[in-house]
Amino acid sequence: MPGLIGKKIGMTSVFSVEGKNIPCTVLEAGPCVVTQVKTEETDGYAAVQIGYEDKKEKHTTKAESGHFKKAGTVPKKNVIEIDSPAEKVGPGDVLTVEMFNESPWVTVTGTSKGKGFQGVVKRYNFKGVNDATHGQHNRLRAPGSLGASSYPSRVFKGMRMGGRTGGNTVTVENLEVMKIIPENNLLVVKGSVPGAKGSYVIIWK
Amino acid sequence: MDAIKIVQDAFAKEEAKQHPEFRAGDTVTVHYKIVEGNKERIQNFRGVVLQVKGTGKAKTFTVRKMSGSVGVERIFPVNSPFIEQIEINKTGKVRQSRIYYFRKLTGKKARIKERKMN
Repeated sequence: MPGLIGKKIGMTSVFSVEGKNIPCTVLEAGPCVVTQVKTEETDGYAAVQIGYEDKKEKHTTKAESGHFKKAGTVPKKNVIEIDSPAEKVGPGDVLTVEMFNESPWVTVTGTSKGKGFQGVVKRYNFKGVNDATHGQHNRLRAPGSLGASSYPSRVFKGMRMGGRTGGNTVTVENLEVMKIIPENNLLVVKGSVPGAKGSYVIIWK
Repeated sequence: MDAIKIVQDAFAKEEAKQHPEFRAGDTVTVHYKIVEGNKERIQNFRGVVLQVKGTGKAKTFTVRKMSGSVGVERIFPVNSPFIEQIEINKTGKVRQSRIYYFRKLTGKKARIKERKMN
């Protein structure tokens, strides 16, 4: 899929024509620079490599620096591969938010907010023990039984327990595009997008 | 400029209604449009403003009124297209910008001194 790298700016709400208050997310999408074009002949598959947000030369390795120089651009912080958005794109071309002009929906991939070490109630939506009485004590959010006893005499692998939660790559499909503001590279979508404000997202067409 | 503000301005309608400024402690009447099927009518909600919350296009305010002996609170977005008019009936003099303590007051205690308009 063609797409762009961007940033989550934050959320707001707008009133629709019928007067409904619609929650929406503001994303900065691009501008992204084409840093490499991969073709069937040279690389075995066709793709376009794009970069987003400049970074300083001193934070760039020499190998990377040469790669960006070849494309005629400055070093970029984020680089991904996408399917070619147009018939002809070459290194150095700039892709902007206007590529979403005709798409009513977009798909957004981001990194969800990290929650730290969490129990099974938050992590896997276990119900916990719903009784505070009837002999229960100190186990309102406990996971319950982990399995049978003498057979198998062990806990099966993959048993859902507490642990690090959040911080996963999450994709939300088919978010309605509410508005595109090309002057500021802004894209407004209906609903929420994974991740914190300022985190990087990939917006797929 | 702040990107969120740019977006809010981009969505803002030109004929947006201008409402008078008010704050907590004021008594206001909100003329609210209600759609029933395909009929429209205006309902008035008169009460004391408990708080004005938020900024810009996301600003809301809470109005509390006594319906018999039961308190009724309603939160309105200032920029809601359903609000026809906000009428200020009385300006009140209160020390807090959010007068939650007002919920516990009844009878003679539940009065607010009038603020002199200048």
